[in-house]
Amino acid sequence: MATENILAPELSRIPEGKLADKWTNYKAHQKLVNPANKRKLDIIVVGSGLAGGAAAATLGELGFKVKCFCIQDSPRRAHSIAAQGGINAAKNYQNDGDSVYRLFYDTIKGGDYRAREANVYRLAEVSNNIIDQCVAQGVPFAREYGGTLANRSFGGAQVSRTFYAKGQTGQQLLLGAYSSLNRQIQKGNVTMYARREMQDVVLIKDEKGVERARGIIVRNLVTGELERYSAHCVIIATGGYGNAYFLSTNAMSCNGSAAIQIYHKGAMFANPCYAQIHPTCIPVHGDIQSKLTLMSESLRNDGRIWVPKKLEDAKRLQRGEIKGHQIPEEDRDYYLERRYPAFGNLVPRDVASRAAKERCDKGYGVNSTGLAVFLDFDDAIKRLGKAAVADKYGNLFQMYQKITDDNPYETPMMIYPAIHYTMGGIWVDYELQTSVKGLFCAGEANFSDHGANRLGASALMQGLADGYFVLPYTIQNYLADQIQVPRFSTDLPEFDEAQKGVEAKIAKIMAVQGSRTVDSLHKELGHIMWEHVGMGRTKAGLEEGLKLLAALRETFWKEVYVPGQANSLNVELDKAIRLLDFIEIGELMARDALHREESCGGHFREEHQTEEGEAKRDDEHFMYVGCWKYMGEGKEPELWKEMLNYQEIKVQTRNYKN
Amino acid sequence: MWLASSSIGRKVVMSVTGASLVLFLTFHMLMNLVYVYDVAFPAADGTHYYDKVCEFLGTNWYALLGTAGLGVLVVFHLCYAFWLTVQNRKARGNQRYAVSGKQPVHWAAKNMLVLGIIILCGLFAHLAHFWANMMYAELAGVEGQYAPTAGFDWITFQFSQPLNIAIYVVWFAAIWYHLTHGIWSSMQTLGLNGKQWLDRWICISYVWATIIVLGFAAVVVAALVQGM
Amino acid sequence: MGKESFLNVNLKVWRQRGPKEKGEFKTYRVEHVSTEMSFFEMMDTLNEQLINKHEEPIVFDHDCREGICGTCSLYINGRPHGIDNAITTCQLHMRKFTNECTITVEPWRSAGFPVIRDLMVDRSAFDKIQQAGGYTSINCGAAQDANAILISKVDADEAMDSASCIGCGACVAACKNGSAMLFVSAKVSQFALLPQGRVEAARRAKAMVAKMDELGFGNCTNTRACEMECPKSVKISNIARLNREFIKAKLAD
Repeated sequence: MATENILAPELSRIPEGKLADKWTNYKAHQKLVNPANKRKLDIIVVGSGLAGGAAAATLGELGFKVKCFCIQDSPRRAHSIAAQGGINAAKNYQNDGDSVYRLFYDTIKGGDYRAREANVYRLAEVSNNIIDQCVAQGVPFAREYGGTLANRSFGGAQVSRTFYAKGQTGQQLLLGAYSSLNRQIQKGNVTMYARREMQDVVLIKDEKGVERARGIIVRNLVTGELERYSAHCVIIATGGYGNAYFLSTNAMSCNGSAAIQIYHKGAMFANPCYAQIHPTCIPVHGDIQSKLTLMSESLRNDGRIWVPKKLEDAKRLQRGEIKGHQIPEEDRDYYLERRYPAFGNLVPRDVASRAAKERCDKGYGVNSTGLAVFLDFDDAIKRLGKAAVADKYGNLFQMYQKITDDNPYETPMMIYPAIHYTMGGIWVDYELQTSVKGLFCAGEANFSDHGANRLGASALMQGLADGYFVLPYTIQNYLADQIQVPRFSTDLPEFDEAQKGVEAKIAKIMAVQGSRTVDSLHKELGHIMWEHVGMGRTKAGLEEGLKLLAALRETFWKEVYVPGQANSLNVELDKAIRLLDFIEIGELMARDALHREESCGGHFREEHQTEEGEAKRDDEHFMYVGCWKYMGEGKEPELWKEMLNYQEIKVQTRNYKN
Repeated sequence: MWLASSSIGRKVVMSVTGASLVLFLTFHMLMNLVYVYDVAFPAADGTHYYDKVCEFLGTNWYALLGTAGLGVLVVFHLCYAFWLTVQNRKARGNQRYAVSGKQPVHWAAKNMLVLGIIILCGLFAHLAHFWANMMYAELAGVEGQYAPTAGFDWITFQFSQPLNIAIYVVWFAAIWYHLTHGIWSSMQTLGLNGKQWLDRWICISYVWATIIVLGFAAVVVAALVQGM
Repeated sequence: MGKESFLNVNLKVWRQRGPKEKGEFKTYRVEHVSTEMSFFEMMDTLNEQLINKHEEPIVFDHDCREGICGTCSLYINGRPHGIDNAITTCQLHMRKFTNECTITVEPWRSAGFPVIRDLMVDRSAFDKIQQAGGYTSINCGAAQDANAILISKVDADEAMDSASCIGCGACVAACKNGSAMLFVSAKVSQFALLPQGRVEAARRAKAMVAKMDELGFGNCTNTRACEMECPKSVKISNIARLNREFIKAKLAD
């Protein structure tokens, strides 16, 4: 970097006042739109998961005219549905010392001091409203015999603040949001467009020459037609980009294309290198594997993670000569309990993942590939009884057995880290507005709340907070100035131009007619990402990765083969478009990881670790959000820094040992 | 009217008419057991208690009303069955599975209509055997082989014909299958079911259906004994 | 993990260009299929083969591939989601098949679910039924404290069992009557069991059933095929509850 690009602090639009008063102050002073005007204002919501679905429903309730888009056949299938374990809230129903401040503190600390204080505090504040709202919707949270809500513990916290609905919390919360959305669809406030994928955002200059997001181009995934929709503002809630690794716990259709489209139109991409590797996934079994399955973090409440103490035992396990339960207690290394006595098996995800990798790299892996550790319920079954364990985790055990054909009640589960969530995302200010006016970004798609690492049960919290309780306020603050602006025609030249751009890209992809399938290229991308931009990153590896990514892009344009027609249902074309954007995201991730000469949260640079192998942060040089600005095709993006100022929190080294 | 316009309403009609017919069958069976009693313990004077029952249920207004009511129940049960079947076939669509029916669905549940048609055919035979010779004969003043109120003789006579016995065996089997599904199904449709009650109702269905069919079969056996 | 071995399988797959076009079965062969593969990974392999031969791949719905999103919808060898109980298609593994077997793969077949292409069907009717009343009419921000409503654990657990429906449509696909009662009853039950949902229970039951009927789903004849195929083991006791709620509501009119 020749010159330092520092974002002006006011761009973050953090309200005045003490941390605890900021959101209250904001709400007290924000501009509102009166009910008659709300009817005249259109809002596009792309994505129907927790953030998008909740935002669309709530904005509909307020009286705005909402158009909601999803790529699935129904908004109920957004990938938020797959979240298993739970949702955090600072209710302190357990009387164990929880509070808004503690949830805020744990989240900031869990994020390795790389998140924006004001956003996180607001998140902790509204967490309680989320639980109230969901219960009112009829979400069947787990309960105690007395009729009150039950809680369980999750990683990175010393209190029990996680609300859950069996192992299907994400499903139940999403169905709650979906039900609210349905109510608004029925009322005519929300129009739902399913099986549509966004292809570009349309910006139109206002009378002062300021470009504002006014519409989108989507591809109808059934007909293949491009369609245009206009609105007064656009919300992107399209989730994360973990599928850049090909193998991840994300659903097959999860992608980062909407993020890349708006990045190309001026929205900055923040902290792309922060990707969360979840410690408890079912290990990879072969080359043809299409996706990894997560085992809920809640399992770490009662499961104990271990590998053999003796290398020869590990070798025998790898050769399949013995089974885990044959290794005597004294020869087991419960390495998380050993290294982190205070948090034990409930250390945050990044810590647990790295510890597993460390053991496996040293040769202690327990399956044929040597890339697995045990998650053992023997103790829990002895202590609580099989029935109690089945009651808590039965559906997860069943899921494990379906996939692996192993019975976790009898032999310990085998797990290994896998890409799960991306903390990085589109840069947004306090109002969740991107660097483009009228373009908002919510949920996993934005960067805002989790810093460098997300704690368990916080993704659901953030998605719903953004959708139910943040955007409905901040959008009004934006739209209050727009009440005089009439609805936009989709025949405007800006729409023509955007559509032409999309058509040209699609035509170019269709014209390659090479010899490689999209999936084979995507797998290649996955290998590059996992090898070079994975759990342990090095300068040399990242530089090599960048070269390989550039080469892969060339291969794509020379070799990709997409059968069928562009103007028809064409799954391969859908995947090809997404893959192209994944390559770009991969480059952004590598570039960001390369520049960030420190280890923090989900970003671990092997050059920067303590003697004990713990992550070594460099607060002096890197306590900022790395925001990447698109500079045009083929040009290097520009790095801008949003400096992080911690006023309420004393920045410390993360310590889960004592 | 929701009993015609909604799917659950239509099912309620099936359920209520079906359950009423089950009650009628139960009553009918209990009444017929009097014949078995007559065969087992013949009266010294040669009269039959069963004939007294037939006399009591002859052409009195309440018996006629009951018969008309039964007719209405049967007609509704029947018409709705065909109506529902037509709708259900439409709902299933024109394209059928090439490989299908691999679930262990209860055989009767899949074949209620077929069973119903068999039962209907049996009913016609039954009406021809008895009702035409008894209630109808009395009303129309037709002279038969036996007096219209001579139920005992009619039964003995009809079951001396091997063909009739064959018809009744098939009929009873169809009734049994129909009821094993029908009884619990009607309770399910009326919502008088739940997690615990499902197995109980199914058990009750089998027991009840078996009792009814065994009761009727006892009459046939008794008639054979009587005829020997 | 179980012992890995390899199979050759023959597939009979339904191919259909569009809703109005005539479909037919095409046969394919996939060799060296690992028993550790999921059914979809085998399908992926087949599609890779087809694409490499410059043929159009088989279109089928799938997304999360972990049994929760409800997108996948294949009718395999005569059963929705294939030959295992309480699973979605994506949870079906090749270890359930034998070497040289023939696997027939069809789309959901029901008038309510028209075929879009090949094995992909349109289940938007389910959304329409939900829109008719599958919610509690409460605006965001109006909720009281979550613990102000005490709910017995038994009711909450039962509501959860009903709520676990993933809307995949296997119940309709399995039903000889093309009935959507299990799907509708799961949602009606979830809310009927909870005090938050009781307030408008009558209205909901009537509205959702009316929409279900309007969309042409069949009449339930209690064959129980739905609950046998439900990947989430939703029980027909829910249908009994729906019937009860509906009849009560109609009698109160």
